[in-house]
Amino acid sequence: MKENQKIYWKGVEQLTNDPEFVKHADKEFPEALPLENEEASGSSRRDFLKLMGFGVAAASLAACETPIKNAIPYLNKPVDINPSIPNYYASTYINGGDYASIVVKTREGRPIKIDGNKLSPITQGGTNAQVEASVLSLYDKERLTNPYIGGKGASWEELDKQVIAKLKSIALTGGAIRIVSNTVLSPTTKEAIKNFTSKYPNAVHVAYDPTSSNGMVQANDWAFGKAVIPSYHFDNAKVIVGFGADFLGTWISPIEFTKQYGKTRKISKEKPEMSRHFQFESNFSLTGANADYRTPIKPSQEGLVIANLYNLLAAKAGAATMSVAKLDVPFLTKAANELWANPGAGLVVASSNDPYVQVVVNAINSLIGSYSKTINLSAPVNFRQGNDAAMTQFIADAKAGRVAAAIFFNANPVYNHANGADLADAISKIGLTVSTSDRMDETTSLVQFVAPDHHFLESWNDANPKEGHYSLAQPTITPLFDTRHAGESFLTWAEDSSSYYDFLRANWKANYFTKQSETGDFNMFWDKALFDGVFTTATPAAESVSFGGNLPVCASQIGKTYKADSKDVEIVLYEKIGLGNGSQANNPWLQEMSDPITKATWDNYFTVSQKWANENGIKMVEGETTVIKVTVNGKTLEGPALVQPGQAYGTIGLAVGYGRTKAGKVANGVGMNAFPLVAVANGFANYSITSGVNVELTSTKYRIAQTQTHQTYMGRTNVVQESVLAKYKEDASAGREHPEIYTSEGFKKPSKISLWKGHQYSQHHWGLAIDMNSCVGCGACTIACQVENNVAVVGRDEVLNRREMAWIRIDRYYSSDAPAGDLTAMEVAAENPEVTFQPMMCQHCNNAPCETVCPVAATTHSSEGLNQMTYNRCIGTRYCANNCPYKVRRFNWFKYHDNKQFDTNLSMNNDLGKMVLNPDVTVRARGVMEKCTMCVQRIQAGKLTAKREARPMKDGDVDVACATACPSDAIVFGDMNDPNSRITKMLQLKEEGEEKVVNEERAYHVLEEINVAPNVWYFTKIRNKDVENKA
Amino acid sequence: MQVTSSVREPLVTGGKTIKDVTNDIARHVEGKPTKGWLLAVAVSLGVLTIGALALVATLWEGIGMWGLNKTVGWAWDITNFVWWVGIGHAGTLISAVLLLFRQKWRTSINRAAEAMTIFAVICAAQFPIIHMGRPWLGAYWALPLPNTYGSLWVNFNSPLLWDVFAISTYFTVSLVFWYIGLIPDFATIRDRAKGLRKVIYGALSFGWDGAAKTWMRYETVSLILAGLATPLVLSVHTIVSFDFATSVIPGWHTTIFPPYFVAGAIFSGFAMVLTLMIITRKVYKLEDYVTMTHIELMNIVIIITGSIVGIAYITEFFIAWYSGVAAEQYAFINRATGPYWWAYWSMMTCNVISPQLFWFKKIRTSIVATFILSIVVNIGMWFERFVIIVTSLHRDYLPSSWAMFYPTMYDVGVYLFTFGLFFTLFFLFAKFFPVINMAEVKSVLKSSSEKVNK
Repeated sequence: MKENQKIYWKGVEQLTNDPEFVKHADKEFPEALPLENEEASGSSRRDFLKLMGFGVAAASLAACETPIKNAIPYLNKPVDINPSIPNYYASTYINGGDYASIVVKTREGRPIKIDGNKLSPITQGGTNAQVEASVLSLYDKERLTNPYIGGKGASWEELDKQVIAKLKSIALTGGAIRIVSNTVLSPTTKEAIKNFTSKYPNAVHVAYDPTSSNGMVQANDWAFGKAVIPSYHFDNAKVIVGFGADFLGTWISPIEFTKQYGKTRKISKEKPEMSRHFQFESNFSLTGANADYRTPIKPSQEGLVIANLYNLLAAKAGAATMSVAKLDVPFLTKAANELWANPGAGLVVASSNDPYVQVVVNAINSLIGSYSKTINLSAPVNFRQGNDAAMTQFIADAKAGRVAAAIFFNANPVYNHANGADLADAISKIGLTVSTSDRMDETTSLVQFVAPDHHFLESWNDANPKEGHYSLAQPTITPLFDTRHAGESFLTWAEDSSSYYDFLRANWKANYFTKQSETGDFNMFWDKALFDGVFTTATPAAESVSFGGNLPVCASQIGKTYKADSKDVEIVLYEKIGLGNGSQANNPWLQEMSDPITKATWDNYFTVSQKWANENGIKMVEGETTVIKVTVNGKTLEGPALVQPGQAYGTIGLAVGYGRTKAGKVANGVGMNAFPLVAVANGFANYSITSGVNVELTSTKYRIAQTQTHQTYMGRTNVVQESVLAKYKEDASAGREHPEIYTSEGFKKPSKISLWKGHQYSQHHWGLAIDMNSCVGCGACTIACQVENNVAVVGRDEVLNRREMAWIRIDRYYSSDAPAGDLTAMEVAAENPEVTFQPMMCQHCNNAPCETVCPVAATTHSSEGLNQMTYNRCIGTRYCANNCPYKVRRFNWFKYHDNKQFDTNLSMNNDLGKMVLNPDVTVRARGVMEKCTMCVQRIQAGKLTAKREARPMKDGDVDVACATACPSDAIVFGDMNDPNSRITKMLQLKEEGEEKVVNEERAYHVLEEINVAPNVWYFTKIRNKDVENKA
Repeated sequence: MQVTSSVREPLVTGGKTIKDVTNDIARHVEGKPTKGWLLAVAVSLGVLTIGALALVATLWEGIGMWGLNKTVGWAWDITNFVWWVGIGHAGTLISAVLLLFRQKWRTSINRAAEAMTIFAVICAAQFPIIHMGRPWLGAYWALPLPNTYGSLWVNFNSPLLWDVFAISTYFTVSLVFWYIGLIPDFATIRDRAKGLRKVIYGALSFGWDGAAKTWMRYETVSLILAGLATPLVLSVHTIVSFDFATSVIPGWHTTIFPPYFVAGAIFSGFAMVLTLMIITRKVYKLEDYVTMTHIELMNIVIIITGSIVGIAYITEFFIAWYSGVAAEQYAFINRATGPYWWAYWSMMTCNVISPQLFWFKKIRTSIVATFILSIVVNIGMWFERFVIIVTSLHRDYLPSSWAMFYPTMYDVGVYLFTFGLFFTLFFLFAKFFPVINMAEVKSVLKSSSEKVNK
């Protein structure tokens, strides 16, 4: 292309090179723009448009509501909060007189799991179902979110002003002020109450317990001059005799006792000894289920049986016997002989609230030398400080209009006191009524002022469970609502402006700091106590005490109260392991917890003996039974009868804690309230009603939602393998079954015949060892698993449809008296059966039948021995569940989260409840299968920690939720490839060529003959019996 | 020239000519729908609608609408599946196996039997999808499709996957076989029709020209497909039985299942063919084509297969005793005497005892008795699958998990859905397709029919 040489001029100025042009030639515009001029002339059209545009935009932006985002970026990250890394804080579970030292796991500031605190000498790292479940109660939508005055929301200032004004005017007139509470374990709260009572001298603190042990306190006062409950040491006992005391379940300090008891039930070839446990009781309790010898007795016999035991022992000791009617029940003489044969290693406990009976128990323990070994009167416990007479008096006073002010400090007597109805009527006669409850419960809804207390996970607190043992509670979350610690409320009303935290520190500085000599710096002491969660001073040693009880008086009282052969129907009230006294009734985990004995959920019921049921034509089929009507002194309750093997003939058991009317949508209307049946005898609450009981059958049918409806193990020794101690001593493999299969080369172990090549586990090989001997069946593991793994609650109807979601269950088998082979008769449990508990979860089979049948490979085997479930691959054919010989797989039949149909599943159906979910575990969708993962998220976390710290994993780095919770250490988790792990030692694993061989004689696989090769091992159940019963 | 035998029973009676055959059979395709037919279709659609409501509720809310539970993970769903698959065996057996064995009597019944097979397999195929927790994914995740999930593949160890292949193969081959057979008949109808009907049947007949070469190809394809289909008759139910046989559950883990399931399938399939043919021949007045000989021959097959099934039941008991495996023994004792004894004894009565009545010639040649017994057999076969699935699962190894299964209205509803579907399809077939293979009946007319009188 030819180059273009043409030049175009911008104008004549360029051609002429006009100096004016040259001056501006490099600028874009040759002459100045006329902007300045316009500004000079005021606002222009442009400016108007600019302002207008900005104004409209600003106005419209301002009109839009800025969306509130709750995610707060950690621009300045708190030192110890790392997203996805949990923090653990030592704290204390306190619910009335129930106590556990705990470690709270928090994630991003939310408490999501409670584990036991291993540093506590009392609970020793154990928990129970109620403790495990209590974390959900924190996120209960029914909790009060602010103070109330006369049923209307109010501010704390207004409430305090009015309460103080009223208190002052009452104080002036000298009116009686009563603080009504359950047992208060916190010494600092007691101190605050003391401040309050010194400010208002007419104030008296009345403590009562819904299930009282007041009779014991009285008995110890009479017998030894100490009005206390002593501490017990079941671990030092070789012979344990219990009378109605469910010490593994609900009595006094069950976690501690289970820990102790568990130690005496662990046997090995090196230590082939275990305690022998006799239990005499009416209801079939968890403790009775663990007894070696159990005798059903009627409550009307209890005092006599105990007195007769005393007489048997006194005869041996040459002491004076009591003049009571002679009554021999099975195994009583045997118990007496064995107690006598083991001086200082026996322990007799009774739950009776009759002080005369308890005096005899003290006399027995004194005779057999328990007071220096198994009972420590010098270290009394504070779990039950209630005074029955004082409470009864309070209600009588209120009724008579003699109470001017009543402060219900976390107590709900309208619901859980025998005279609750009287109190409900009388409450309007009280001039000032205040409640500190966390919800509008039966009592709180009747009071004028509600000053809601924090949840225990939100507050500073302390506890003094036992002489010399102190425990701190620290908040693990900022209070969710506008609540205030009850102790602080008392301080405020006493016009002490210090915060409860300062008050607590001051109290500890004044009283406990001085009890130690490790450090002179209070802050160091405080930090250590807070870190450990517990602080222990020297516990006073047990010393022998001299029994000073008046046995003749007891004999005459017992003679009056008890009968050897009453023909009346008798009722025995008890607490369930799950729901306890009903204070946590709105917790769906506890409502749906399968009762260890009855396997029932979502209900209470009358437990009746098999014999009585047969006589009255009541038959339970798949939970369906007859409703009976029980009338006690004019009070009528109607409920289903649950046929309970082992229930003493002529007695009916009924659990308290149900029949709540104002606890929340989960609890309201579930079951019936048994508290009004509690009788008051000689000023002491009596939980057995021995006369005036009338039972009528109705024609109504009712289905009790049970998770297990078949009671016996049908003689299947491939499932339950058991023996007795005497045989175990002869042969460590007693009770074991060794299946062999005939092949062309003779008999072979099932594991030697396989289609499969097996797996190579080069890194870890996880496994569980479950000792059926120390498992007491309490079910703490089931709730721990539910919390840890976001297991859904499905509600009563779905449990009836046999669709509970539990990943770990405890199979409870009764023995049968039927001859082996009579399959129909074997379905019926013995009248007083032996019980075997078998925790059952995914067995993580090496030859897993589920893995081969899944068409989409959604369940596969890991390189560490785990059977893995991939939820998002699962299409829900349920073939795996059908083919699971252990039936541990659970299917999501419905969508359990965000579904109104399942609104009792609190942890998945409201924004607050969801805060409890473990963020490491998926909430499963509808239509997928789920099951125990062996807490794979914990394994993963442990592996990551070890990796970050550049070290191999060691035993104890990881523990599964069920094993952590277990109060009897019956479940042991570990790496079977680690020669130093506990599980390797327990199983005595030895490498033999390619495979690992288990050398522990007691260890067996359930269903060994089908060779699915589980990674879960069970240890035979050994009963400390002289002769074996028929299975 | 027409040959009649004094020894053999004629296969077509009434002295039909080739023209009569065309007229008798094409008449129903060409005529206006009768009131009876409309009523039947209306009832079927009604059942289908009710069933569809149950199905939609199940798909919307979840499998929880059924009565299944943690112990019994399959009940009506897989019972129905196996039942329908079993029914779907007769068609192929009649068409393919009898074709290979040159059993000419099959010509009058093979069309309807094959149609029934296809519809039964359609019904059966619903269940593996419906019963899934997440059918919207499972419907295609169960197929070995290339995907972007990494190396994720289906599990070739799973008998459920084998089912997918077995059923889909069987369905495809049956459908092709059936359709190939329909082509000459469609052409016949096309040739007699006018207007839109001619266009539609013309399209359906794929341009059939009736040339000798075409007939030759037709015969060859039929023979090849028959050869392909014959092993399928054995394989499909064999593989279905693997769902159970390869498991570890007592009562399922049984090597006898493949032959026992196949015999049971033929047993129930023949019964279903009888049920349907007895109605069709009556309504369509086809007594001359589907004769008493046909019915009697089929009843004899029912006696044989019923007896095989009965022996299988007894063998299972014997093996349970002989094995010495306690769980296995209990599974069988529980079947007969446990809570589901009534299901077991229904099965035994319907499947083992009732077919033995056919030993009496009077019963086996009675239309009413055959009709009733054909239904009884299918009730029995449903119970057989229920017994195998539910009573084995409900009490397996650990007594703690023993449970009962109670069906809900949704279980029943989904079963009704397949009934509605089956009968709707069958009635549509009976109206719009020739229910008897005209071409093949014509081919036996000269050698095996009654003498033409005119």
